Amino acid sequence: MTAVIPGRTLSGVCLPWVMLLLWSLPLSAQAQDLLPAPEQVQVFDTPNDAGQSLTLLWADSLRDGPGVRYQILIAPVADARATAPAVDPAAMEIVAEIPSDSHYVRDRSWPWWTHPAPPAFHRYVINSRSGLELMNDTPYVVTVAAVTGEIRTFGPAIQAVPEPNWVNWNQMNNLLLLLAFGAGVFGSIRTAKRREIFLRRIPGLDAVDEAIGRATELGKPILYLTGAGDMGEPSTIAAAVILGRVSKRVAMYETELIVPHRDPIVMVVCQEITKQSYLEAGKADIFKEDSNFFITTDQFSYTAAVDGIMLRRKPAANFFMGSYFAESLLLTETGASTGAIQIAGTDSDHQLPFFVTTCDYTLIGEELYAASAYLSREPVQVGTLRGQDLGKAVILGVLALGTGLATIGLILDAQWPALLLDLFRDYK
Amino acid sequence: MTFLRRQLPLVITFVAGVIFTLQYYVPHPKSEILLTEGSLWIQIIGLFALVLGVTSLFHIHAVKIKRQEPGWGYSLILYFGIVVTLAVGLFVQWVGGQHPGGKETIDGAMTAFGWIYTYTMVPLQGTMFAILAFFIASAAYRSFRARSKEAALLLTAAVIVMMGRVPLGEYLLPVTGDITLWILNVLNASVRRAILIGISLGAVALSIKIIFGLERAYLGGGKE
Repeated sequence: MTAVIPGRTLSGVCLPWVMLLLWSLPLSAQAQDLLPAPEQVQVFDTPNDAGQSLTLLWADSLRDGPGVRYQILIAPVADARATAPAVDPAAMEIVAEIPSDSHYVRDRSWPWWTHPAPPAFHRYVINSRSGLELMNDTPYVVTVAAVTGEIRTFGPAIQAVPEPNWVNWNQMNNLLLLLAFGAGVFGSIRTAKRREIFLRRIPGLDAVDEAIGRATELGKPILYLTGAGDMGEPSTIAAAVILGRVSKRVAMYETELIVPHRDPIVMVVCQEITKQSYLEAGKADIFKEDSNFFITTDQFSYTAAVDGIMLRRKPAANFFMGSYFAESLLLTETGASTGAIQIAGTDSDHQLPFFVTTCDYTLIGEELYAASAYLSREPVQVGTLRGQDLGKAVILGVLALGTGLATIGLILDAQWPALLLDLFRDYK
Repeated sequence: MTFLRRQLPLVITFVAGVIFTLQYYVPHPKSEILLTEGSLWIQIIGLFALVLGVTSLFHIHAVKIKRQEPGWGYSLILYFGIVVTLAVGLFVQWVGGQHPGGKETIDGAMTAFGWIYTYTMVPLQGTMFAILAFFIASAAYRSFRARSKEAALLLTAAVIVMMGRVPLGEYLLPVTGDITLWILNVLNASVRRAILIGISLGAVALSIKIIFGLERAYLGGGKE
């Protein structure tokens, strides 16, 4: 249709408009023949977002192709209570003009549970931007027009209200998997409390006693680093937890412990952990408050200071736990030059090669998180480890099954494999 | 006291853990505000902890100087550096400078504090970073000695990758380019992804343990 808004009765329109409408009818019919108006138009608040956005969908047309373009038009609604807003599509603001063979629903990956329309439908998202501010909870009228040459045919103008959403349904598979994994971990902890679970050997952790014993024999200190991260990082927490186990054994052997820090909060937490370990070992009298101390938050200043400690104090054992960046090699290579036994554990995969080449033992990735369980053998810790292994088994199974299903889906040109594959995809 | 030291932190951890986990699934602007506010709180708490950190730093080095432990001269330099930088940053006006605390004035001129940063900190940091090149060479020399089958394999892979990544290497042995890509995109990427899967599951499991109070060692001590 041309410049006609559906649902608007002639009785509510003033005389000049009626005249204009009557005059335009033959032209409209002619235009409709040449270029059909967009059909099955839907306008709604963009789901699963923070608001200030509207989504427009319309059916693809046989006329789509070179020479035909679509215009997206918008206008604010003056009277929000009106069910059929009185807006002339021709007077609406053009937000965008796009080729008719672009902006399809299939261009974006959707999970099957939030798929908005058939893949061949056109989709355009109007976002708030400079020059076009979409206000939340404010009604707008939106339409789409097909354009070729001088001819322009309008789809129905539809009112919609942008609003922020409380749930991102696209990510519900993620939440579901998290809950399933959590249930698996709790189930494994329950199992571990009932029966003993086998733990494979981790040479790096077996060497902890050896390293502490060696330091004791030589009468030299032990250097323990908790990495570059703050207490918000799981690797730093894991490093702090391992420090608790290590410092308990250090206390029993009455060896000196040096723990320089880059983060003051980590320092305070580690002070408490070390203190508790000495108490548990019955060696509270030899605990030194300043065994944990702060150096600086600056990366290379910290590295220089720790390298200095290594060269002056010559610790017999160096522990590098937590997350690291470019300083890893500077630290471990200096440590290696002093002849110390070195044990590293990190989840910084980009630094793993440096640790592997310069340290005697390296806890690779997840082994850092497994260390606490390995050293303590507590059912809760061991059960968690078992839960992680179950999670890995599931991921391996899904990888194998997914590869098979995706291949079958491609060969048969079938959509049904997506029902399972979508569950394991990452959606935003 | 036990409540303040044990139960209360566990309750705060549980509530904050659940809220910030769910926050990931909530696109509403209020959820984003919550995350931003939470991050601000963490920064503010961090600033309070910085006072403890600096106190620890001053204490450690004061003891070293007092006892004249090995390397106590460095502690003196540290004190000197901190005091001078603080004094310059707080009180000294550069010619035309209006904000002695910043590195630059509003019109872009360098302050005295900025001068110290640019001409002492930056070169020192650069020097430390530059040492990395030499350390890489020495570490590579040690690890690439073919003392075992694994080390020999590592050496072979490393030589191929090095040849394939430099123009001269690929010019002399064109096949190394394709083999390098295969090593990096197939062997290396698959192993790296396997490690990342393990790391992610480990991190999630640890987070679950902390949120539900099963892991309490970070509070200082084990079971209670």
